[in-house]
Amino acid sequence: MITEPEARGNPAVPGRPRAAVIRDALGVGVAVGLSGFAFGVTAAGAGVSVLQACVLSLLVFTGASQFALVGALAAGGNPFTAAAGAFFLGTRNAFYGLRLSQLLALPRAVRPLAAHWVIDETTAVALAQPDRKSARLGFTVTGLSLYLLWNLTTLLGALGAEAIGDTAAWGLDAAGPAVFLALLAPMLKTGTERAVAALALVLGLGFLPVLPAGVPVLIAALAAPAVLWMKGRRS
Amino acid sequence: MNVWIAIGLTVLGCYAVKLAGLLVPAGALERPLVRRLAALLPVALLAALTAQQTFSTGSALVVDARAAGLAAAGLALLLRAPFLLVVAAAVAVTAGVRALGG
Repeated sequence: MITEPEARGNPAVPGRPRAAVIRDALGVGVAVGLSGFAFGVTAAGAGVSVLQACVLSLLVFTGASQFALVGALAAGGNPFTAAAGAFFLGTRNAFYGLRLSQLLALPRAVRPLAAHWVIDETTAVALAQPDRKSARLGFTVTGLSLYLLWNLTTLLGALGAEAIGDTAAWGLDAAGPAVFLALLAPMLKTGTERAVAALALVLGLGFLPVLPAGVPVLIAALAAPAVLWMKGRRS
Repeated sequence: MNVWIAIGLTVLGCYAVKLAGLLVPAGALERPLVRRLAALLPVALLAALTAQQTFSTGSALVVDARAAGLAAAGLALLLRAPFLLVVAAAVAVTAGVRALGG
């Protein structure tokens, strides 16, 4: 999903036209920003209040973690296991930040603010640019458009779901898993990723009936080190 | 109250890891094993969450209309449909199967 042209950092390569960068960034920001609607609906269906759904989108602002948290709460998970699952999903953003800090070279004072926008989409757009100026522009436009829309559509989704009542009758309980599948699909590139996914699926479903809510997901996370360990032993 | 505790912890945790990435010196997280794990953890979590939220109600394993919805989402992904269409397909098929009494 994330492409990195070889040309980046090479001063001989001219920057991209601002309009092209902005068009790409807005395309991603609008498309993904609109899916805040699905989050608002899912949150309301999970018994989370409109205020709580909005606080999550305003202050967490990393979709997969938000879906995971409301899913775990809906399943009756305790607050600590629910938050742990959301946290582990968010750890990938640390690695995005590591790449972005070199690419964007932000002033120290700006970093605490910029950090809030370090997510899959802003990283993908920034890394796809050929030079620092375009990368900064792409990061900012994607971050701003996605943040505004994601929060607006979260509010609309949560209010709408409260208004229509039973979200399951409208099939809206399928939105959460569909979002997870759409995020997962591009990651399944090699046998290792597929093995991790398959093992995690078995662990997640296998422990579900016997362990408290939220715990099976954390056990399923062990599929990652387990597959790496098995691969290391074989080679 | 439990919900607010979970929200507070998630807000703090998720912001901390975002900021850490921007602040730590390059190299601290660059060890190959750490990078591999960071790439594979989301795969494991997303796979488990997708399966759980499709095939469970509470702590019981069930197969219902959501499975048809997820299959529709999978098909839409294979056809390279955009993100929103994938989610819409899952919702529409799930609602359709329920309306038919599935």
